[in-house]
Amino acid sequence: MSHAPFIWAAYSIGAVVLLWCAVAPLVHKKSITRDIRRLIQIEESSRDSNS
Amino acid sequence: MNTKTAKIAKPRKNALVMFIHKMGSPPWFYNFTGKFIPWLWLIFGVLAAWGLYLGLVKGPADYLQGESVRIIYLHVPAAWMSMLIYSTMAVMAFIALVWRIRIVEILAMTSAPIGAAFTIVTLTAGSLWGRPTWGTYWVWDARLTSELVLLFLYLGVIGLYNAIDEPRKAARAACLLSLVGAVNLPIIHYSVKWWNTLHQGSSISLLGGSSIDASILWPMLIVAVAAKFFYAANLLTRARVKLLEQDMRKGWVRDVLKEKN
Repeated sequence: MSHAPFIWAAYSIGAVVLLWCAVAPLVHKKSITRDIRRLIQIEESSRDSNS
Repeated sequence: MNTKTAKIAKPRKNALVMFIHKMGSPPWFYNFTGKFIPWLWLIFGVLAAWGLYLGLVKGPADYLQGESVRIIYLHVPAAWMSMLIYSTMAVMAFIALVWRIRIVEILAMTSAPIGAAFTIVTLTAGSLWGRPTWGTYWVWDARLTSELVLLFLYLGVIGLYNAIDEPRKAARAACLLSLVGAVNLPIIHYSVKWWNTLHQGSSISLLGGSSIDASILWPMLIVAVAAKFFYAANLLTRARVKLLEQDMRKGWVRDVLKEKN
């Protein structure tokens, strides 16, 4: 039995899982930053309309 | 009051205590840790590349396991990390429950997805090593089953934390669950001694040396150290994002975003 497919499969799955683990917070940060900027815009426009 | 008693009455601030106090401040924590994260990723990359090069390219095949021994450079460091992260999470959960420090609460909760990722890697790599070595992907032996229970514990902590809307209440409930789940750690560690398992016993001991050849041991240890840097970099990144999310209506978050523009 060739061991190569098992080694490749183990490292491929490991790489995908750990890459997802590393990238997920960066994607989340992008959406959070977008939300905060939108919130600031809404607050500034409501402040302008009140004054 | 004379000058001598006045001197005694005035508390001296230790540098370490000052540092711990500062780390409790969200803006300070955010800015301070942001400086280290790229370096942690860099050290992880260098060590992982070096360890895997030694293990996968330079290292020999095992006389019994053959080429499949190369899976252990992933499986063993991931298995160590799955337990180390749970231990760290449980200690931080205890601190968070007793002293109610929000940063520690966040660090405990953001540890769970990283621990779950390492546990998935442990189980899949171990299973793929088992097929050519044992002739099966899975057996319900004590070591494998207790490691699977560890994955369920991580998923339970993540699920409970996300199920409650109020973040601090959610963290307290999930911290309690992670503390209860810590009972599984000695079961995983001693499972190969307490029960008759297909999984082999420990080959490396902190005090008793190692039965693994140095050509296999050193690459594995280098990857294991690299994994610690992965955890540190990923944990700090996740904690910073969680702080932004929880404090999005606070002034310091706006200042941070303005500084970036």
